[in-house]
This record gives sequence, C-alpha cells and structure tokens, in this order.
Amino acid sequence: MAESVISLQGLELAFGEKKVLQGVDLEVKKGETMAVIGPSGTGKSTILKVLIGLLAPTGGKVFIEGQDVSGLTEEEWNEIRKHIGMVFQYSALFDFLDVGENVAFGLRQHFRLPEEEVRQKVDGLLQDVGMEDAKHLYPVELSGGMKKRVSLARALAIEPRIVLYDEPTAGLDPIRMMNISRLIRETQRKHKVTSILVTHDMDSVYVAADRVALINNGKIVAVGTPEEFKHSENPLIRGFITGEEIAGATEAFR
Amino acid sequence: MFQDVCAFVGAIVLDFCRAAGRMMLLFLDTLSKLREVNIKEMLRQMALLGADSLPIVLLTMLCTGMVFSVQTAKEFVELGASGTVGGIVAIAMGRELVPVLTGVVVAGRIGAAIAAELGTMKVTEQIDALRVMATSPVQYLVAPRFLAVALMMPVLIVFGNFIGNAGGFFVAHYYADIGSMTYLNSIKQFCEPFDLFGGMIKGVVFGAIISITGCFKGLNAKQGAEGVGLATTASVVLSIILIFIFDYFLTVLLYVDK
Repeated sequence: MAESVISLQGLELAFGEKKVLQGVDLEVKKGETMAVIGPSGTGKSTILKVLIGLLAPTGGKVFIEGQDVSGLTEEEWNEIRKHIGMVFQYSALFDFLDVGENVAFGLRQHFRLPEEEVRQKVDGLLQDVGMEDAKHLYPVELSGGMKKRVSLARALAIEPRIVLYDEPTAGLDPIRMMNISRLIRETQRKHKVTSILVTHDMDSVYVAADRVALINNGKIVAVGTPEEFKHSENPLIRGFITGEEIAGATEAFR
Repeated sequence: MFQDVCAFVGAIVLDFCRAAGRMMLLFLDTLSKLREVNIKEMLRQMALLGADSLPIVLLTMLCTGMVFSVQTAKEFVELGASGTVGGIVAIAMGRELVPVLTGVVVAGRIGAAIAAELGTMKVTEQIDALRVMATSPVQYLVAPRFLAVALMMPVLIVFGNFIGNAGGFFVAHYYADIGSMTYLNSIKQFCEPFDLFGGMIKGVVFGAIISITGCFKGLNAKQGAEGVGLATTASVVLSIILIFIFDYFLTVLLYVDK
C-alpha cells in the first residue's frame, strides 16, 4: 500500500466565531489525485490554503511527506513550498510579467540555472499545455482557459512533488473544462505528482481523479473512487452529484 | 450609553495601535530584507516611481518658489530689506517647502500607485501566489519600492530646490526689481549647505514613510475593487499626516539650536 504524502488529522480552522473546518480527516497517497468536492462555502479551498501554509489551522494536525507542519515559520514553510505547485482558481498570474516570465518565475527565484536551460524548460512546459504561441503575451491578453493552462505550466516548472488545484475548471466552457481535466490527468501520469483537486465539477472528477472526498459543513463525509461515487446510494453523494432534491441531502447541504 | 462610547473609542484606539504595530513590523521586516533586494527591480522602480515624478515635482516647486517670492519680494523691498529676499526664499524652500511639498506630491502620485498596485495583487491572489512560490512579498515587492522611493526623494528635492529658487529669482528680478547679484549674494550670505542637506534627509524619511504606508495599505487591502480604492485613499491620507508629524520632529532635530 502506497505511503500517505498528505495526511490531515482532525483539522480545524475558524475565523473568529465561524468554524470553517471542523475536524477534517483525509489521507492522500503518493502519486494519486484526490478530488475534494462539496457545495460552495464548505471549506474546500480552505484545506488547500492550510496545506500550503497560507492559513494556520486552529486545531488538528497536518503532515506533508511525513513532516508535521503545524507551527512552522515562514522560512520553514518556504522550504516545503519549493516542492509544491498550486493552480489558483483565478490563475493569479503575475500581471507585470509576460507568460514566459510567469512560467520561469519559480526557476529564476530558486534555481541557479543557465538562462538557456530556463528558456528550454519554459518552452517545453508551454508546449505541454498548448501555449507555446503565447509566450510573449501578458496575462491581460489571455482568455480564462489560457490563463489556467499557463498557471498549470507555472506550477509545474519547479518540478513539484505535490500539486494543488483550486477550482481549475471554474468558469470555463465544457470543451476547455475537459481540456484542463485531461491536462491534470496527463500531468499526474507524466510527472508522477500527488495532487489534490478542489472542484464542484463531477465531469472533471471522472476524468482526472483517482479518489474523491465529499466535504460538507467543514467535515469529510464520504471518500471513495469516482466509480463508487457514481453508483453510490448515499443520499449526500447522490444529492451532490445529481443536484436533485433527495431526502436528507438537500437539508444537509444548506 | 457612556459604556458604549467608551467601547467605541477603545475599539478605535486598539485598531490604531494594532495597525501601527503591524506597520512598524513591516518596516523592520523590510529593513532586514534590504541586503537581499533585487537591484534590477529596484532600478526599475526608481525609474518608474522617481524619474517619472520629476515633471510634476518641478512644476509644483517652480510655482511654489514664484508664489513665495511674489508674497515676500515687494514687501521686503518696501521695508528696505531687498538684500534678504533671496536668502529667505532659499532657506524656506530648502528646509521646508521643497521637502514637505515634494513629499505631498509623491504621496499622491507614488504612494497611491504603490497601494493600488499591491492592493490589486492582493485581491487577485498574486500576493498569495508569491508566497506559494516560496517568495517573500516583502523582499520581492516592498524592499525595492522602499529603497527606490527613499533614494529618489533626495534627488527630486535637489531638482525641486533648483527650479524653486530659479522661479523665486525670476519673480524677484522682474516683478520686484531686485538685482540679480543682490539676490544671489543674499542666498550666499544667509544659506548654508545644510539647509539643502537637511531637506534631503527629510526627503529620505518622507520617502520611507510613503513607500511603507503604500505597501502596508496595499498588502492589507480588503477584497474587491472597493477595497483597493479604500486602500489607495487611506495610503495617501495617512502618508500626508505622517509627513507633517515627522516634519515637525525632524525640523527640531535638524535645525533647532544648530
């Protein structure tokens, strides 16, 4: 059985009185893509922000590659972050840099590589995501789908061992949505990365994920494979996947 | 009722203290990161923030020098003190008017630009993206801007003094008929190099205030376009208030009993 690369144990996070995460338990094994699905506002993206050290949990434990990351300093987090790539919901490309410079950013910041090697690597990554012609464009000149692909190339440039995707298909048309989902799957196969994919989009889950966790009210309420979820009789899972009014599910998701 | 008022005032005081403490921490963090500053980025910011401000600073100081001369020259000539006009204009410009007004102009132009840029980066998650990519926003964004503005302010002040005094001379000569040698001798007689250098020191401090305030407000912008707008306005207002407060203490420190 593969080792856990990410382990969340009773993870809690509150903003003042508002408890967003209320004891999340989740194990993500090496090389797998775990999708985290659930209604809006239930803490999906918050889990990613805790995993990358942008938010500090108020309770529970987080282990990344076996290391307990609770209470790390920003400098200690930076060492861990050098092995994690993140694709943001709205891409978060640096708007003062062109596409090529965005992708090269992590390489130039942390690796003393010859400029020729950086250029070759950037060209290769842009080719992988089908954006080789956009190298000299600025983010403001790109469509939403193009930004997501550049964001993925930027996340992969540092050859991370873990990739976090925050709603990578949100706001895209069905064709681009499938395109990005396939790209996530290809990335996992080609680069052997462990990934967490936060999404509401079940089509994306079926294409890209190995396992799925359903979160509701700050807790993981079900974990299984996409196939198991597809055929599940669990009213919460069926209610979320189909969007139908199912007794017990509709009330629970409110 | 009395309790509510106390609670309200207390909350405001606590908020103020919290913000002041966090701003001081940002300042100290910036100082600690100056050794690692990206020189190329700092030069880019110097061109963007400093050199591009030169025209508006020159225009403001030219007008200020001319106005100050108009206000004083004729009165002093009537009092038989035409030989002091050049010195008075130069001292007032060098010690006070150029540093403070340059500070106000730069706060409005550069402080606002820094707050808006960093605020937009904050609300579009670019600041988070920097942190995720193991890059300190203070080192990458704040330190180059801090150094750029703090170093460009004295340069702007030198240019501002030159043009302000030129404007003062022009008005004194053609409006109040003060001879050019009289005006220049007056400057020589009354002014010391420290009148200019003291103003430049003030400029460095004002530059530091403007950049740290702009960065602090930008990095703490609330979500959305409204948040960026509020951060920008707050940055300009706070910078100008701090410039006036620090100006008093710097004047006492630099010029009183000297």
